[in-house]
Amino acid sequence: MQALAAPLAFIGKRALQALLVMLMIAVIAFAVRAALGDPLREIMGEAVPEAERVALRHELGLDAPWPTQLARYLGRAAKGDLGQSYIYKRSTLEVVLAKFPASFELVLAASLVVLLVSVPAGIYCAVNPRSWGARLILGFSVLGISVPVFLTGILLITVFSVWLGWFPAFGRGETIRLGVWEMGLLTLDGLKHLLLPALTLSSIMLPLFIRLVRGAMLDQLGSDYVRTARAKGASSLRVWLHHALRNALLPLIAVGSLQIGNMLAFTLLTETVFQWPGMGFLFLEAVTRADVPLITTYLVAVGLLFVITNTLVDVASLWLDPRISLEGRR
Amino acid sequence: MSVRNSRPALAAIRAFALDRPGSALAAMLLGVIALAALAAPLIAPQNPFDLASFDVLDAELPPSWLKGGSDRFLLGADSQGRDLFSAILYGTRISLTVGVLAVAIQAAIGIPLGLVAGYVGGRVDSLIARVADVQLSLSTLMLAIVALALVRAGLGGDTLGRLAVPLLVLVIGLAEWPTFARTARAATQVEAAKEHVRAGRALGASSAAIVRRHILPNILSPLIVVATTQIAGAIMAEAALSFLGLGLPVTQPSLGTLIRSGYDLIFAGIWWVTVIPGLTLVGVLVAVNVLGDALRDALDPRLAR
Repeated sequence: MQALAAPLAFIGKRALQALLVMLMIAVIAFAVRAALGDPLREIMGEAVPEAERVALRHELGLDAPWPTQLARYLGRAAKGDLGQSYIYKRSTLEVVLAKFPASFELVLAASLVVLLVSVPAGIYCAVNPRSWGARLILGFSVLGISVPVFLTGILLITVFSVWLGWFPAFGRGETIRLGVWEMGLLTLDGLKHLLLPALTLSSIMLPLFIRLVRGAMLDQLGSDYVRTARAKGASSLRVWLHHALRNALLPLIAVGSLQIGNMLAFTLLTETVFQWPGMGFLFLEAVTRADVPLITTYLVAVGLLFVITNTLVDVASLWLDPRISLEGRR
Repeated sequence: MSVRNSRPALAAIRAFALDRPGSALAAMLLGVIALAALAAPLIAPQNPFDLASFDVLDAELPPSWLKGGSDRFLLGADSQGRDLFSAILYGTRISLTVGVLAVAIQAAIGIPLGLVAGYVGGRVDSLIARVADVQLSLSTLMLAIVALALVRAGLGGDTLGRLAVPLLVLVIGLAEWPTFARTARAATQVEAAKEHVRAGRALGASSAAIVRRHILPNILSPLIVVATTQIAGAIMAEAALSFLGLGLPVTQPSLGTLIRSGYDLIFAGIWWVTVIPGLTLVGVLVAVNVLGDALRDALDPRLAR
């Protein structure tokens, strides 16, 4: 009983914290709307008599004191109504959610590349620290850190789209509709469109993760239990993968989870370069055209993504390492 | 105090130049770029901010070494007939200025907070550490994008353009202070436990005097290392924001703005307007990062990875 109660309490506490953060984000979104957006101008234009303005203002509840307006906003937000987009004349939440699959597939593909490259490369660099290969990989990672993500995208487009003509330079290509999900992973055209953006996005995370895997592995390889495993006669491969990597995973997740916010920003940049019709691209369109409801809805959606991922990471590290203190410290 | 500290630093610099020719090269490259950017008004053949002096007939001229290039335009011209070499000189100047000023703000906020957290400890420490953690996980770039996007949506692109330099400095400066705070805090904790600090306290020196005279001078090395990498980060952030249209306007281009304004032309085969400023940016960033790595190894072996 007791063994189960502690983790459950931990998860409950994290969920409560996540809810509080979401509430804060919603309040910020409300403040931004109140400061930037005048819905009346969008609805009626400039040339409307003052009396009519006042009447509509009252009808929409815009003359109510702000706590009342905030309560109404939060009430509607809880039901999924975050306002109407000026550009699209539709529910902003629908507009933003329709773009989610594109962003998600891009991030998924990039994360796969990062995982498949950084783990072997990091282990190799930790196991053979003085080899030429390791030096080459680490040298490349200094270079990689120094090339901004949008520039990587531009260079890839210049070489592979403009000069060689191998891959398309913008858009998602052909997609298949699966229920509400606009899927680009199932067609050859969609995958071709995905390749350059995914490589671009992964290029900015790779150097960091290679260094992280290498650092975490080096720590583990010097530890007593690895020496013990070696002394018992376990094979090198088994020691690296079964003993060291497994324990290197935790610091990796802890530091990696700090990158979730950066990942959102880098995704936005990548989407801009490749005109990838995801949430970030939509956000910049909303900013250029001052579509305030759409801007705030994007902020709420991104905040939600951020909170969910962080909570999942916390729960995952709890599951991976039962030693994590459950009493308050985290 | 400063004289005594500068000698090992000088020796370290000399050893560093001999041991690591690559890093010395990076330092030299950075020096040349910074000097050229500083002397931009003297070197540049054209004033890239004077739109009236551009000639549309010069638009999209390739670099002088390519077919159709002109000697007047060493690196070619952009779509308005702006000399790219002049634009890059001034653009680098703006990028470096924003980077250095933003890092100055980061240091001005982060170092005192880190010193206090590390020296005082207890609740103050855990409060500062917690706030720093939260702020770091939010991502500087994302915070800056959102802040500038709201300015743009609220005040319009023109106002944003006019206020771009102070806004960029402020946003990048405010969003990144935790890195300095963390480094200062960790180093202060180590230093505060040492004999000379305890001796100072036993002799009745005030906390302020101990921090200023005994701790700060001894934690400068890691802070210098952090400042270097932070400058690279700030320059990169500025470029990214300008590329998104949330930074400097086309009339006053930084490297990021130049990359953005040339981006559409790639598809017409006019690559130089984007690629040359891009390579300049990479050159600056590689040089700063290599230098930062080398400084870390030379000044602070504990941090070497």
